[in-house]
Amino acid sequence: MIQFVLLISRQGKVRLTKWYSPYSQKERTKVIRELSGVILARGPKLCNFVEWRGHKVVYKRYASLYFCMCIDQDDNELEVLEIIHHYVEILDRYFGSVCELDLIFNFHKAYYILDEILIAGELQESSKKTVARLIAAQDSLVETAKEQASSISNMIAQATK
Amino acid sequence: MALSGMRGLSVFISDIRNCQNKDQERLRVDKELGNVRTRFKNEKGLTPYEKKKYVWKMLYIYMLGYDVDFGHMEAVSLISAPKYPEKQVGYIVTSCLLNENHDFLRLAINTVRNDIIGRNETFQCLALTMVGNIGGREFAESLAPDVQKLLLSSSCRPLVRKKAALCLLRLYRKNPDVVNVDGWADRMAQLLDERDLGVLTSSMSLLVALVSNHHDSYWSCLPKCVKVLERLARNQDVPQEYTYYGIPSPWLQVKTMRALQYFPTIEDPNTRRSLFEVLQRILMGTDVVKNVNKNNASHAVLFEALALVMHLDAEKEMMSQCVALLGKFIAVREPNIRYLGLENMTRMLMVTDVQDIIKRHQAQIITSLKDPDISIRRRALDLLYGMCDVSNAKDIVEELLQYLSTADFAMREELSLKAAILAEKFAPDLSWYVDVILQLIDKAGDFVSDDIWFRVVQFVTNNEDLQPYAAAKAREYLDKPALHETMVKVSAYLLGEYSHLLARRPGCSPKEIFNIIHEKLPTVSPSTVAILLSTYAKILMHSQPTDLELQNQIWAIFNKYESCIDVELQQRAVEYFALSRKGAALMDILAEMPKFPERQSALIKKAEVAEVDSAEQSAIKLRAQQQQPSNALVVTDQIPNNSPPSVGQLSLVKVPSMSSSVDHNSADPGLTQPNGTLTKVDPQPTSPDLLGDLLGPLAIEGPPGPAAQSEQNMVGGLEGSPGAGDEAAIVPFGEPNTVQPIGNIAERFHALLLKDSGVLYEDPYIQIGIKAEWRGHQGRLVLFLGNKNTAALASVQAIILPPAHLKIELSLVPETIPPRAQVQCPLEVTNLGPSRDVAVLDFSYKFGSNMVNVKLRLPALLNKFLQPINISAEEFFPQWRSLSGPPLKLQEVIRGVRPMSLVEMANLFNSYRMMVCPGLDPNPNNLVASTTFYSESTRAMLCLTRIETDPADRTQLRMTVASGDPTLTFELKEFIKEQLVSIPTAPRAPAPTPPAPAPPVVQPTSSAAALNDPGALLAGLL
Repeated sequence: MIQFVLLISRQGKVRLTKWYSPYSQKERTKVIRELSGVILARGPKLCNFVEWRGHKVVYKRYASLYFCMCIDQDDNELEVLEIIHHYVEILDRYFGSVCELDLIFNFHKAYYILDEILIAGELQESSKKTVARLIAAQDSLVETAKEQASSISNMIAQATK
Repeated sequence: MALSGMRGLSVFISDIRNCQNKDQERLRVDKELGNVRTRFKNEKGLTPYEKKKYVWKMLYIYMLGYDVDFGHMEAVSLISAPKYPEKQVGYIVTSCLLNENHDFLRLAINTVRNDIIGRNETFQCLALTMVGNIGGREFAESLAPDVQKLLLSSSCRPLVRKKAALCLLRLYRKNPDVVNVDGWADRMAQLLDERDLGVLTSSMSLLVALVSNHHDSYWSCLPKCVKVLERLARNQDVPQEYTYYGIPSPWLQVKTMRALQYFPTIEDPNTRRSLFEVLQRILMGTDVVKNVNKNNASHAVLFEALALVMHLDAEKEMMSQCVALLGKFIAVREPNIRYLGLENMTRMLMVTDVQDIIKRHQAQIITSLKDPDISIRRRALDLLYGMCDVSNAKDIVEELLQYLSTADFAMREELSLKAAILAEKFAPDLSWYVDVILQLIDKAGDFVSDDIWFRVVQFVTNNEDLQPYAAAKAREYLDKPALHETMVKVSAYLLGEYSHLLARRPGCSPKEIFNIIHEKLPTVSPSTVAILLSTYAKILMHSQPTDLELQNQIWAIFNKYESCIDVELQQRAVEYFALSRKGAALMDILAEMPKFPERQSALIKKAEVAEVDSAEQSAIKLRAQQQQPSNALVVTDQIPNNSPPSVGQLSLVKVPSMSSSVDHNSADPGLTQPNGTLTKVDPQPTSPDLLGDLLGPLAIEGPPGPAAQSEQNMVGGLEGSPGAGDEAAIVPFGEPNTVQPIGNIAERFHALLLKDSGVLYEDPYIQIGIKAEWRGHQGRLVLFLGNKNTAALASVQAIILPPAHLKIELSLVPETIPPRAQVQCPLEVTNLGPSRDVAVLDFSYKFGSNMVNVKLRLPALLNKFLQPINISAEEFFPQWRSLSGPPLKLQEVIRGVRPMSLVEMANLFNSYRMMVCPGLDPNPNNLVASTTFYSESTRAMLCLTRIETDPADRTQLRMTVASGDPTLTFELKEFIKEQLVSIPTAPRAPAPTPPAPAPPVVQPTSSAAALNDPGALLAGLL
């Protein structure tokens, strides 16, 4: 099972964290600090796996961002590596050639999308199309609610004129 | 893409990005936190939209690494917002900020449940996602039935059902009782017929978790898994959107093969054949392609297929196909594949007899040891360690030594430990072994633990042929500049003992030896100085006729240390000085060390224990434990253990023990004797087993006699490993056992009371490991009987002597255990009622002419049937009051408690599965714990405990135990008392229960005396 997901920039800034095992606030900070030290220091032509405290961290760098997932000793590493890529492809499709800035200003979207891909540290959906459809449906729900709200406030505004 | 509508948030993020430095950023964050805090304070004026915006800001700040210690409530409250946008934010932010142990989550359970059982599909999804990500035990208990309904519902759409499957998986992990095994097997099988691949993928993950615990209940799923695999890998029958770079859902393929690995075998020949067809196709049909992702995905499937083939113990042909593939992988350029090739080759070693084929790749593996990537180097080291045997030990160990000088620090410790173990396990001859260890100390002294050099000393002492060689080697090293301190220790020790064997060689006269050793003295620590002093005394003794100049030099040193501040050094100096003036008698007193009793290497033992502890369900790992050390070295020095010490006859003096310098754990009572006191020692054969590893190999200087034994007993008493206590646990059978256990049985037992897996018993022939799972009033134990020898163990018999309250069924135990094999014997335990009595395993076997019989207590005590439960004040107090007095509520003042801090005591309670509930008792010196006891007669029964401690006197406390059953109350009270009074308690004989070891003073609560007790006053508070 995936214990947690981290997105770290090359400068060590955290862009997303998701914890599927109960880590306390203190432990979370420690894990992030330790792992960014290990992973950011690794050269480009090495393998995508790091052994860390009895777990393995599968990571992959996309431009300036490192996507990391921590898994158990005997989990299938390549499978998880491709979960990372699957996630990146979906982000890419959603934002239209995604870059770090997208994920900074729309970090909440990154969370929504991740929740459609993983639950309980396991893969939930492997069809990009299905995920895209569900996210679009969510977006339109939010939009509708906003329109309703604004139309109500318009009505109120007009009524009180 | 702009952030939809939340301008404030975008502005804030831009501000943060524009900060020049960390200080500015902190200022901006603090300002924002202040702002959010004030807005949250007068919550009434906040629109849902604003709330949502602030909650996002909090999450962003939290992600930047700042502490956000407020606003959790607001995030949780958004969950109950009626509109989707707010609700969505509430769920997501809550599941990012909080973890399952957070109190606020409890507040949301009702809302979450309403969303799950409500008709709104989008709400259902949000709720299931959050529970699946952070739901804890409480969620498991209250939501599992609803989640199951959704998963099985035919009216729900796939998007809900796949979430329900993973949510249930989470709940199952938190509390396995939520899935009723009997009812679920069929439903699980039905789920595998699912056509929607999203639901099927999620369900497969659920199945993996279920079968890993109960493979026997899910037999019906096995053929279905094979069908799924056929559908994907052979027929490629999947919708286009579920192919990934042309591969039909690689994830589902991997998951399915993982599930199959939890079934021990596949009996049905048809199913087996179709599965092997698919596997064969995967093994043969996977090519290396240019596209990285396609390559990764197809190899993810391939490696899982390899694991499955190994697990199924396929035909030889398929196996060698696998090894060939792996051999190809470890030589490719792609680092991921190389890494996995090495990793899987290591796994393969453990499973089948393919060592010889793997050995062909040795050169390639050694190259990987020098890979630029530390991950790959680690795998290579592991593999080399695993594939090492007598035939290639020399090459491999020498490679490791060579690599040691250039290895990075992160790996040196592991590397040197592994080299030391291999050298010991597979040494073709002992001089080589000595060479290796000395090189090891020379190259990586900081990473060589004391155990390693102690072991060299043991071997040299026990092998006369080796002594001159070792001494000469030690002498050579002393010529080197800049010596590691460990090297000083070991060379000084060896030369003290054996330098006289070198006397005729150049540079080896007593005086020269003394001078070169003495050069090192100014730079070493006191513990090494202590060894040097002993060495000087020995050199002096060996220089016959006495060299007066040398004698004066050494005496001057002794004189100097007579006033040393370090008491150990002072005592040595005084005693050696006094002894060395005794002239010829010195010869007898300081004669060579007697041989050490043969014992298992501390290193190997450590490695083995670690292996057993990490035992998991996976068959691969279980089999890995069968790899037992070769006894190559043990064979070379079969000295009768009980041979009388060679210098016993005339000795009247006990040489001061060195144990304190060697073993920092044991307070050595020998040192408390007045300086220079001569203890009379009766020469008598020693029984080697009494000198356990506790005292370290150097502890016996001079003939070990009663003094040494009493020491051992003292130490044993302190640490709860009494000889007498052990005898209660191991009852001699017929003639006295000649085989002695390794390690302390009582300690092992007590350790197992606190954890569920570990070693129960070990002797030179067998190791009995145990792994237990407890569910309510039932338990499933597995005994792992591992034969450590190259010969079979015969007449193996295991009989369980259960106490009246336990029903225990032991499966068939085979009569013989083949060489180096491990057999597993499952054991079903049912608890019928509360009692502290212990079940005993009467175990016997025959090795050669030795009949060994041991009686071992099984760690199936009262506390294993407890289930911690967190209880709130509203639940606690009514219960506590309703259980008003004896016999349901018992109180006792206990004296003679092992003093411990409140935190330690709380930890102890928690580890005995009684959950300490902080905050229930207003007095900070008190502890309140709650737990549920399960037995067939009582069913689940709430037990409440309150401990009132007296901060002025930690050795006494007052305990109150309450439950709905009088026997349970009494037994639980006595159980806790036993644990508190002395831990571990002296082992009790099997039923009937004798009184607790140190009978505490019992005071009836109702008596007037209790009113004078400080605890009684405290009681008024509740």
